[in-house]
Amino acid sequence: MSSWSEGRRPLTLAILALGGEGGGVLADWIVATAERAGFHAQNTSVAGVAQRTGATVYYVEMLPPRDAAPDQGAPPVRSEPVMSIFPTPGEVDVVIASELMESGRAIQRGFSTADRTTLITSTNRVYSIDEKVALGDGRVDDAKLIEGARRASRRLVAADFADLAEQKGSVISASLFGALAGSGALPFSREQFEESITASGKGVEASLAAFAAGFDVATTQTAPPADASEEAVAGSQKVDPVTPRLIELPVSNGASSSGSTETTKAGAEAERNRIASTDPASLVGPGLRDLAEQVRGLPAAARSMILHGLVRTAVYQDRAYAERFLARVGAFAAVDPDPEGDARLTREAARHIALWMCYQDTIQVAAQKVRMRRMDRIRQEAKVRDNQLMQVREFLHPQVDEIVDTLPTWLGEPLSRSRTFRRIVRATTHKGMILNTNSVVGYTLLTTMARIRPLRPRSVRFVREQAAIEQWIAQALDAARTDPDLATEIIECQRVLKGYGSTYEHGNESFAVLMDAARRLLGKPGAAIRLADLRDAALADEDGALLQAKAGALQPA
Amino acid sequence: MAERSFAGEVQQLRHGAGTELHVEGILAVTKALLQSGVAYVGGYQGAPISHLMDVLGDAQEILEELDVYFENSASEATAAAMLAASVHYPLRGAVTFKSTVGLNVASDALANLASGGVTGGALIILGEDYGEGSSIMQERSHAFAMKSQMWLLDPRPNISAIVDAVEAGFELSEASNTPVMLDLRLRSCHLTGSFVAKDNKRPPMTVTEAAENPKRDVSRIVLPPASFLHEQEKVNERWPAAVKFIRERGLNEVIANGSADIGIITQGGLYNTLNRSLELLGCSDAYGNTRLPLYVMNVTYPVVDEEILDFVKDKRAVLLVEEGQPDYIEQNLNTILRRAGSDVALHGKDMLPVAGEYTSAAVTRGVAEFLRKHMPELVEHEPALLRDKDDPDSPFAPKVDAEAVLPRPPGLCTGCPERPIFSGLKLAERETGEHHVSADIGCHLFSINAPFHLGATTMGYGLGSAGAAALNSKDADNRTIAIMGDGGFWHNGLTSGVGNAVFNKNDQLLVVVDNDYAAATGGQDVLSSEATVSHRSTQHPIEKAARGVGVEWARTIDHTYDVTKVRDSFLDALTTEEEGPKLLVMQSECQLNRQRRVKPEMRQALKEGKRVVRERFGVDEETCTGDHACIRISGCPSLTIKSNPDPLRQDPVATVLDSCVGCGVCGANAHAAVLCPSFYRTDVVQNPTKKDRTLARIRSGWMKVASRGIERRAARFEVAA
Repeated sequence: MSSWSEGRRPLTLAILALGGEGGGVLADWIVATAERAGFHAQNTSVAGVAQRTGATVYYVEMLPPRDAAPDQGAPPVRSEPVMSIFPTPGEVDVVIASELMESGRAIQRGFSTADRTTLITSTNRVYSIDEKVALGDGRVDDAKLIEGARRASRRLVAADFADLAEQKGSVISASLFGALAGSGALPFSREQFEESITASGKGVEASLAAFAAGFDVATTQTAPPADASEEAVAGSQKVDPVTPRLIELPVSNGASSSGSTETTKAGAEAERNRIASTDPASLVGPGLRDLAEQVRGLPAAARSMILHGLVRTAVYQDRAYAERFLARVGAFAAVDPDPEGDARLTREAARHIALWMCYQDTIQVAAQKVRMRRMDRIRQEAKVRDNQLMQVREFLHPQVDEIVDTLPTWLGEPLSRSRTFRRIVRATTHKGMILNTNSVVGYTLLTTMARIRPLRPRSVRFVREQAAIEQWIAQALDAARTDPDLATEIIECQRVLKGYGSTYEHGNESFAVLMDAARRLLGKPGAAIRLADLRDAALADEDGALLQAKAGALQPA
Repeated sequence: MAERSFAGEVQQLRHGAGTELHVEGILAVTKALLQSGVAYVGGYQGAPISHLMDVLGDAQEILEELDVYFENSASEATAAAMLAASVHYPLRGAVTFKSTVGLNVASDALANLASGGVTGGALIILGEDYGEGSSIMQERSHAFAMKSQMWLLDPRPNISAIVDAVEAGFELSEASNTPVMLDLRLRSCHLTGSFVAKDNKRPPMTVTEAAENPKRDVSRIVLPPASFLHEQEKVNERWPAAVKFIRERGLNEVIANGSADIGIITQGGLYNTLNRSLELLGCSDAYGNTRLPLYVMNVTYPVVDEEILDFVKDKRAVLLVEEGQPDYIEQNLNTILRRAGSDVALHGKDMLPVAGEYTSAAVTRGVAEFLRKHMPELVEHEPALLRDKDDPDSPFAPKVDAEAVLPRPPGLCTGCPERPIFSGLKLAERETGEHHVSADIGCHLFSINAPFHLGATTMGYGLGSAGAAALNSKDADNRTIAIMGDGGFWHNGLTSGVGNAVFNKNDQLLVVVDNDYAAATGGQDVLSSEATVSHRSTQHPIEKAARGVGVEWARTIDHTYDVTKVRDSFLDALTTEEEGPKLLVMQSECQLNRQRRVKPEMRQALKEGKRVVRERFGVDEETCTGDHACIRISGCPSLTIKSNPDPLRQDPVATVLDSCVGCGVCGANAHAAVLCPSFYRTDVVQNPTKKDRTLARIRSGWMKVASRGIERRAARFEVAA
């Protein structure tokens, strides 16, 4: 009488959601749908503190009416079915995850399994705090999560349901509900599902639109198996091995999925490199076309990056600065061990030289703030409609050093020593200033700041930065003669130079430690790997403890 | 105003006999109370019964119609003491709170109540916060039942069974003159299901009638010699009376007895889980038709010796499914069996986990072991979860890279007014060095997690200040910081903490987070709430109360979002020479509740064509260098990261999600911590006035002119988009 293994059992469904995502609403809709179809349904959840942004599991069981699953023999012990309040590992028919990492959690907990589960997951990421606080890139690899989802499901429906819902002005619970309906995992009709939304009476139109979008995604991703109708009915779920179907994931439009954005970025680079092989001038503005032609002599795989750098440095300062950039990169191209292939040394040199040459000083920040394309972007981001007005307020707090740094050396150095000057600046900016960029005064101030660009080459900081860049390049080129891998790693150490104020100072300190380590590592086996490890250590914590510990362990030169 | 409104749902409480109600567990309990003719109800909120208090609050009108008195008790001790009304009067009373912490607080009152005994039915509904999702230490309520001799009901997780248990609980209480505890397990509170309603019953005696006809009986007061008699009475009279009632009413269930010569004894609350395990192993079905005998203890204390002996008499072996430790019931059964000279093999925590939640997987493993040992032929099916973890077909076989699934601890919500307090404290500590921080219970406790990493201990609700009592050294350079929420402050912190610190001349800095509500439990009002509440007296300032017990150095910061001010206040409080406790009341409204309050107002104003400004923050992706210092000092869920759109840069940039409520902490942090110039605030003016439009025209005209040169120059180098 093993009724469970013979399929006389409730359909089981677990929802893994984050607090405030409407997981409860989704569970209620599912219960309502099942009850309307004559099923006996039950829903439990563990709310508590989990609602404060933590992960929450909702669990639903649905048992078909008794005549659909007849029992033999004596009258039952219970007139109502006995439903479980826990999802049982290995026995869950449908898992819905409102976020990609949560699907990973469902798999870890044994809820989603290859023999049984239809896994419906949104591919959007809501980054965990550990991923967010990293000094560098602390994000986990989406591909690993998606690979896990494929391996641990019988059918997989995966798409950015958050984005789908947003496009329809609704929330993710509605698009996921649509995907559930479209997946065919439950034996209810589309109308029965939709009726639950209609009956709830709140934001019905938008919810139905998001539902439809989710439904379409699921139906295109899940071509019905031969025994679909039969299989979906609770009574006949046999544990026969079904080859899990691999479903190609649609590339997300939004930036919400890290993997897809990085893939898009890589694709764009490949496309630009292709164009650069025939018409590099088309990738830059008219004032740089002749310079762009010069990349034809440089490694093909690095051309796009070099052209990015050309534009960046020219806009940052002037054409002559772009020429200086090209010359600096050219030196690396000349020693690149793999010019016909990946050309990593040249490409990374182009990237990091450009970034360092365009360091973020007050002139640059002002120039970035006043660009019209920025205003358009903010307008879009804030969803400003035509009949609405927008104002942008900047939170600025220029420090004495940052102001002095921007001034010509002859003026900056004496001022930096002047106590009166320091006092005045501190008095006006120590609490920070809020500047309305859209006001006449605010915009004039910022554009004026941006316009002192021609004075930059005479500034204290420019002189200091160029010297540091030269020293860094020289060290990398020197290493390149014997150990090109180490040279690339030295170049990539520029990555720790980031932030403003104390974060920037910390980056400079880390950089100095790394360059010292690089000098000591030169000529040693595994030098490149060890330097990369140190660079990771530099980005591991805020006080530099790990880097100090690891660098200290190196043998003195 | 509570986080969730049950104003609509409570109308179901009016339904009369015969109506089938589809409800959540907490609503079913409320209905059961009304059907039982309860005269008064009280309690203190806390997961998982917070919503029960909210339901009762929203049902005020219905309660009044029935002459049922309801109050939001100041603490669990207050709630338990309230049951004193049932000592002399035949009033049915019910109180509710979270367990085991609520029982800890209430145990003095309950011990006194249980000693003297009750005339009217006294029911204590426990929201058992045990297992997954729990926020408290893992202990059992069972111990309290044993030590004070109160009866403990643990009904099956089924709405009808829970409703029946409430009604039976009152009767059992009256039949045995003993308070009865009803254990509502975490998932049962949020369980949905249906039951057939009965008519609501007006209490046969109301609290008004009792107050107007006072009675006293010295034999019921806990004073020698009565107290010694109470102890005897418990054993000789009340216990036997309870056992008699339990047996006669058949509160415990025996299922399929005689079907096999082995059996399983289970706590009622675990019945559904057990039946699922039996289904998975092929020995039961969805309607509970089991192939081996079960004894379901819907009453877990007292254990009825006769029923146990009767159940085991034709059996070789039984398994006891008892969750949590110590194994009180197992010890009890062993005593019963040994005294009776029974040779039945009793299994329990030798096969089931000694500690931890009895999930479906845990119970299935234990039951499988029991059956394999004593009746292997019963096992018709091996569920996948029994497979070895190394078996690739095991549901636990690693299918996803363990490093790709990171923990997601609860944190402070978007726009939470507590976040800037901790940002400010972190910034102050950059100047003063680190301090010992004694934490309390409440949302602020989430500051122990990333990114703040603050708080060393939590000793219980309202005990943040008391937790810092010993670390009070005149010679220490850094004074200790204690944190308390407004909920904890009014619960007991004013006396146990503030008064204690004044009296003992404690040098601590006490921070009281005043966010207008008992926010962590769902936004219930407290004494210091700003709102005007019809049935309660509010707007009593915390600073005033603290000064009232003798605090001299006290300040209220009424806008915590000003991080600079918060930091400076911390610096003042940490460095002042003044003696005695230093108090900082950090006051800003809980954002979760504020949004619920403000959003409908905004929508209405928009509809009426009024000028409304919507604020949100943003990060310039070009200016942001991806160092995430802003996130490390804030931790706001709406402040996150995204792939760097810049083809040159690799590290993700900070970004602000649409869920941003424009609280201002991003900007304030950028200023206070001198972070970076990437933050901006967008003000979207909806329904702009004529003046707005004119000004906007002038401004955009000027921007066009002023940007022309810059844009033209960039166009020489950049490819046109």
